[in-house]
Amino acid sequence: MIEQIITSGKNNAGIDPFLHVWGWEIPFYLFIGGLVAGILFFSALFTIRGKEEEFPTAVKLAPMMTPILLGLGLFSLLLDLSHKLYFWQLYTNIRWESPMSWGAWTLMIIYPLTIIWSAIWLKDVFPKWDWKFQWIDEGLEIIRHYKKALAWSLMILSIILGMYTGILLSAFNARPFWNTAILGPLFLTSGLSAGAALIMLMSKASKEKRLFARIDLMLIGTELFLIIHLFMGFLAGTNVHIEAAKLFLGGEFTISFWIFVVFGGLIFPAILEILELQKVKIPHYISAMLVLFGSLALRFIVVDAGQVSRWLY
Amino acid sequence: MRYAMAIDTKKCVGCSDCVVACQTENNVPIGYCRDWVVEATSGTYPDLSMEIRSERCNQCTNAPCVRCCPTEASHIVDGGIVVVDHDECIGCKACITSCPYDARFVHPEGYVDKCTFCIHRVEKGENPACVSVCPTKCMYFGDTDDLNSEISQLLRKRKWKTLIPEAGTEPNIYYLT
Repeated sequence: MIEQIITSGKNNAGIDPFLHVWGWEIPFYLFIGGLVAGILFFSALFTIRGKEEEFPTAVKLAPMMTPILLGLGLFSLLLDLSHKLYFWQLYTNIRWESPMSWGAWTLMIIYPLTIIWSAIWLKDVFPKWDWKFQWIDEGLEIIRHYKKALAWSLMILSIILGMYTGILLSAFNARPFWNTAILGPLFLTSGLSAGAALIMLMSKASKEKRLFARIDLMLIGTELFLIIHLFMGFLAGTNVHIEAAKLFLGGEFTISFWIFVVFGGLIFPAILEILELQKVKIPHYISAMLVLFGSLALRFIVVDAGQVSRWLY
Repeated sequence: MRYAMAIDTKKCVGCSDCVVACQTENNVPIGYCRDWVVEATSGTYPDLSMEIRSERCNQCTNAPCVRCCPTEASHIVDGGIVVVDHDECIGCKACITSCPYDARFVHPEGYVDKCTFCIHRVEKGENPACVSVCPTKCMYFGDTDDLNSEISQLLRKRKWKTLIPEAGTEPNIYYLT
């Protein structure tokens, strides 16, 4: 047995005895980032496939929320910074080795695009909308000609955005629970699933709702598969990775993860969606809300658990 | 040039003078520390062995904190010392989570702070404050690229270890065992 005690006193705020430098701001942003990535992905996908009129919520209505949501996410990121007035330093460097740097640059590109993307659909959603300035109308008309090209770039950027929310964490080798490449695809899938759920929630057309219920089911299946792989990888890993997995297999995150995320946020809504597709009358917002809640809980639990997991010495 | 520190765990008595010297020299705010002392006891009573280590930033050659910093605030200067430029640090705390040694912290003024090997003293040819005050002279500071330096010679003739080498950080604090 080895017992290690710090005898000189070390009580650095947020670091000791357990790391907790990232509070609610980061998981909240990771959720919003994934959700926005999901909405943009489906909007771009169905634009490319020419289904604007068939799936108006996914293509036109849901993207209206992305500038607001992303704004909220960015604001929470700003709240997290402890040296806030220097945030612009993010944009004086491009650091390819730092996921946070390319995340910042992706946001820099994607944020104006969400505004442009929602602006070109604004008149379809609100027919009485008046831009007041002729030049805005004319500018948007020009952009509308390149709609498909914009949709392609949004689709690629949304995948990068969704993926990076996970990679951001998995790049930290010091925190064994984060140090798995599965987090990238897991957060991307979870973000797409949250996006699909929000579209289901907003949609009034039963055809669209049914399509997104089917898409969501597929994504939930993928997520469950990735979660199983996550734990298989950990349990076949080194001692620190096994210890990290134990936090979820009997440890302090067992109940919150398996009940709230896996059952409440994945399995139960999947069952509801299957029943809905079988024409059983269940209000569709229940499963959509559960998926959104599960997606949010996943971010909170993963961010917390990663900070608790550590190298033992 | 590759600055490194070797700490003799056989001579260290765990007096924490290094911690106090660092806090005084570097004006470390109250309640924070850049170095600390760990007492590791192994075995079962009464058959115990003890190791005392003065720990700090390992000034890693493959520093994860430098790699993940989005602004280049954390960077490596001549001699391999990892430093934080206060005016470039945005306080995102990525470096804190990337450090397996938990050696960094957020200074009350907002930027991230850590051991600098007392670079301001080293530049003048002096030893870091912790090394210079050690009453048992158990700490050695020097250039490991210079094969004739005291630290290089010690690392050749004594057994040593580094902390969590399996994290791949290539630490530059050596513990003589």
